[in-house]
Amino acid sequence: MKGRIATTIVVGALIFFAGYAALFLAPDEKTMHVIQRIFYFHVPSWIAMFIAFSIVFIANIAYLATRKANWDCLGVSAAEVGVVCCTIGLATGPLWARPVWGIWWTWDARLTTTFILWLLYISYLLLRGLLDDPEKKATLSAVFGIFAFLDVPLVYVSNRLWRTQHPQPVILGGNGSGLDPTMGKVLFLCVIAIMGVMIVVLFDRYRLERLRHEFEELRLEIETRDLTPASILGKEST
Amino acid sequence: MTTTRAAAILLAKELRLEFRTRELLSATIVFSLVIVVLFSFAFDPTAAESRRYGPGLLWISFLFAGSLMLNPSFAREQSNDTLDALRMAPVSPFAILSAKMLANFIFMSLVELVLVPVFGVLYNVSLGGVAGRLILVLVLGTIGLTVTGTVFSAISSHARMRELLLPLLLLPILTPLLIAAVEATASLLVDQPELDRTWVALLAGFDVVFLTASWLLCDYLIEE
Repeated sequence: MKGRIATTIVVGALIFFAGYAALFLAPDEKTMHVIQRIFYFHVPSWIAMFIAFSIVFIANIAYLATRKANWDCLGVSAAEVGVVCCTIGLATGPLWARPVWGIWWTWDARLTTTFILWLLYISYLLLRGLLDDPEKKATLSAVFGIFAFLDVPLVYVSNRLWRTQHPQPVILGGNGSGLDPTMGKVLFLCVIAIMGVMIVVLFDRYRLERLRHEFEELRLEIETRDLTPASILGKEST
Repeated sequence: MTTTRAAAILLAKELRLEFRTRELLSATIVFSLVIVVLFSFAFDPTAAESRRYGPGLLWISFLFAGSLMLNPSFAREQSNDTLDALRMAPVSPFAILSAKMLANFIFMSLVELVLVPVFGVLYNVSLGGVAGRLILVLVLGTIGLTVTGTVFSAISSHARMRELLLPLLLLPILTPLLIAAVEATASLLVDQPELDRTWVALLAGFDVVFLTASWLLCDYLIEE
């Protein structure tokens, strides 16, 4: 418990410094000015999302291979964290795009892929909610999770091929390529901070899922016991 | 019994079951016709417009029809617990799954066989000259649709609200298939039709990836 409080304080301090650095320390961007600062939270949330969804994929495979409930708990926790990161990315993107590109949204390969990714993992979570049997829930959602992850490169390639015929809005020339050294440092700090938040949340969510799982098992055990009044009274009299 | 022979027997059973009533097929054909007709109100169906929107219209109606038609594939086994009987039979799970995939592929092809000529007539698109290449695109697209659709039908059959869940799981996964199939079909509807090989390759890739995945994961889908 002490370790958890300490980690939370460290991560809280990190995110505070990252926010400060992104807003005040990072140099002003030449053409986009203050709007560009959203980049320090936009990019880290994508990195965190990608890592979270990779964890889902690994957890799904590991569950099917070992049949240990822990992997299933990790899978659903990482999927939820990933969806949250994806939502942050999808929300901060248009906020930046509107003043810079002049439009909220464009069906560019990267944008479309992440949007489909978001839909896929929302369906994954919905599917879990609609399956009642715990073992079926774990197995079938793992199969779906693997299918969803396999689909991602195909979605990206198809959108890439499709949209390259159209003129595209100018995206920042890749990370790092033209980045000011201070900007790079601030971005690095932000990535570390967001990753820290993600890991803490993931860990908490995982613990919650484990407790839920334990609770379900206990409830099932109690349900299978004979709890008719006669049997309870009978036990008391003996 | 070899997997091939078991799959053939199970396929015959699926086909017999459907052709006794033909209710699934007739409902799906009418449903896809309704979509095709409704689209004529959503945009102005002149010859030029039809060529632009036609491929998308055609594939959207196939995807919607497929996502509804594939639902009973496993759900219909549940009313009498017949999937348990299949599991007890000494056949590999992949035989059960592939028989259902093949049956669904045949049903979907029949739907397309009716729908494509009707589409050509209603939207003034001449398909005669490109029939062979169009069939290649249709077959590749339908394999992808029925392979993923049958797997997801096995998944959703255990869930509540499965009729709503199946399209929800299936349609986002089919995005690359939709793009590739629409673009390949569109390349056949222009003045000098020439099949775009990139999209055919992508369709084939989609089929191979998900067919392999379902072969590897079929044990988990069919198990108790």
